[in-house]
Amino acid sequence: MAKITGAQMIIKCLKEEGVEVIFGYPGGKVIPLYDALFDSDIRHILVRHEQGAVHAADGYARVTGKTGVCIATSGPGATNLVTGIANAYMDSIPMVAITGQVGTAQIGTDAFQEADITGIAAPVTKHNYLVKDVKELPRVIKEAFRIASTGRPGPVLIDIPVDITTDLIDENFKVDINLPGYKPTLKGNLKQVKQAAKKIAESKKPVIFAGGGVISSGASDILRKFVKVSKIPVITSLLGMGSFPETSELSLSMAGMHGTKYANLAFTEADLIIAVGVRFDDRVTGKLSEFAPNADIIHIDIDPAEIGKNIKVLVPIVGDARIVLTDLKNEYENYIEKKGVPDRKEWQSRIKQLKKDYPLKYDRNSSKVKPAYVVEKIYELTGGDAIICTEVGQNQMWAAQFYKFTEPRTLVSSGGLGTMGFGLPAAIGAKIGMPDKTVIDIAGDGSIQMVSQELSTAVTNKINIKIMLLNNGYLGMVRQWQEFFFKKRYSQTCIYNCVDFVKLVEAYGGVGLRVKKKEEVEGAIKKALEINNLVLVDFWIDREENVYPMVAPGSPISEMLESEMLEGV
Amino acid sequence: MKHIISVLVENKAGVLAKISGLFSRRGFNIESLAVGPTDDEKISRITMEVNAEEHSIEQIIKQLYKLINVIKIQELDPSNIVERELVLIKVNADSKTRPEILETVSVFRANIVDVAKKSLMIEITGNSRKVRALEDLLRPFGILELVRTGKIACSRGSKY
Repeated sequence: MAKITGAQMIIKCLKEEGVEVIFGYPGGKVIPLYDALFDSDIRHILVRHEQGAVHAADGYARVTGKTGVCIATSGPGATNLVTGIANAYMDSIPMVAITGQVGTAQIGTDAFQEADITGIAAPVTKHNYLVKDVKELPRVIKEAFRIASTGRPGPVLIDIPVDITTDLIDENFKVDINLPGYKPTLKGNLKQVKQAAKKIAESKKPVIFAGGGVISSGASDILRKFVKVSKIPVITSLLGMGSFPETSELSLSMAGMHGTKYANLAFTEADLIIAVGVRFDDRVTGKLSEFAPNADIIHIDIDPAEIGKNIKVLVPIVGDARIVLTDLKNEYENYIEKKGVPDRKEWQSRIKQLKKDYPLKYDRNSSKVKPAYVVEKIYELTGGDAIICTEVGQNQMWAAQFYKFTEPRTLVSSGGLGTMGFGLPAAIGAKIGMPDKTVIDIAGDGSIQMVSQELSTAVTNKINIKIMLLNNGYLGMVRQWQEFFFKKRYSQTCIYNCVDFVKLVEAYGGVGLRVKKKEEVEGAIKKALEINNLVLVDFWIDREENVYPMVAPGSPISEMLESEMLEGV
Repeated sequence: MKHIISVLVENKAGVLAKISGLFSRRGFNIESLAVGPTDDEKISRITMEVNAEEHSIEQIIKQLYKLINVIKIQELDPSNIVERELVLIKVNADSKTRPEILETVSVFRANIVDVAKKSLMIEITGNSRKVRALEDLLRPFGILELVRTGKIACSRGSKY
């Protein structure tokens, strides 16, 4: 039998897993791996920093649903991946990260560029491997993809010592995967599902709370069908946006700290929450003891550890959101067929009223460039058909509030970890995953400077993303907190005029546009969408614009700060 | 409240580190720990004693289950188990005190495993209470060294 190297075996296994693109950065201990990659038709995107690779793999995974793959060398290469791995872990994104390692004989000797990456990454990976024999490679890679993409998805790290990549192995060597402790529950307990259906049919004021799990399990369609039958309003988490169309009158958009007031009030008034693929994060619940005081909770999640972790649950259902929702819809239909359709007109009109009474607001008459206005225009001019990536901070919240998401996998945002610098590399990955879609990074001037070197990656590889930079010369979200809670002492948050973004993007070979006036906004966005190149539009927005409404930390979500309440404070 | 959990894991490098790491980052303290292979050498059993509230122990068990190398977890009911720990105690003993120590040891059905001019080494197996009682009785003689294994436990009856 023909022998191949470990590196060639890795590439062969990646091909078998259907990997089409890898984001990475070479280094001493992965030279053999890159040598094998040289002969392969797997596309490799060379980033400028390993953090760019891991976020790009993450963005690719979020828009395609496939497992994102990244490669870094040992030591600093591997540790530079850690933030991005943690980010993917918090948001349950399928990813396989491959790191080089010093030779097996050198492990533990503090060799050059040695880091115990499996130890470092253990708390932020779903699982990890240190490969100690070339014969383990086929099994380990197969297991890694299986673990990353099934159950509650997450990142898996494979650390491969350099000698393993040069050792020889039979070309056709195969070992079956062996995961005795890994059996995700997909189908929900039918008794529980029936109980949930009954509970839903009997409730007067139910709301559905849809999260990232709805999107990752591909349950958006069945969710829409269930809502069509049940007419129950839908609230989403940040990561759940797009699972249900925000254009629907039953959509209450996002709840939480910067969610809509009507979503938060609907939670507070509801008598039943049907939570699907969410984890009741503190940014959603606010003060936990006063969250949804009148509601019983049905919690559907594939991860049993999420059920009952933060909040008491009446009907727990462990399973895949798509499968459970399908069963739940059937059971609900059976139930109402026998017992009649529940009358919830009062609740529906209450929901309508809440939406009317507490819309998202900003000063539309202002002559300044308001960030909300920019986002609304982006929505209008893309017809809502773009993939929106965000950085982290105010820009992220404005994007979530004022862009109307209607389809799953169209919002790419760092939810759980809140990783500044995520948006640009994630947009690169998203555009590679969905080359025919318009991909926009709604950015902030703070976040993007953490990864601005990736402009080079985008331009070099002709990845024509559009960056809409909401530039206020501040680390805006922290400044907002300082304004509200620290007597306007703007400690270390002013980054005004520190770089000319137009020149910066031009230096990399992209196109830069600058917008200082409201009347230029529309034209600039149109132009950016037309130009066949990477475009960055530098919007000089109203510098001290805040994100409203807001739940102060530690307050119940029913108590929201609004702009008029704070004026003159 | 004390809980004894018995965890079956794949007998692989790094598994214990993953489990102990999970405890520390979720803010739990392991009071006692014993690890060893089962009758199937591919599988190890980890017996842990943890001090935690009911809700917390439920969460920690769920989190443990998420570790890929964890195969099965049992929380043992303290009223229906046999639990044992093994302790080696090196105690001062001269010709005057030796008879009294030997008598105490024999009452506890412990063993003398090493005899030296000025000391004795005693081996005792039992539950924590029994071990502590012997320890208290030996303390006046001067304990030179005490080495304790982690607690192991097995549920009574044919259920497993």
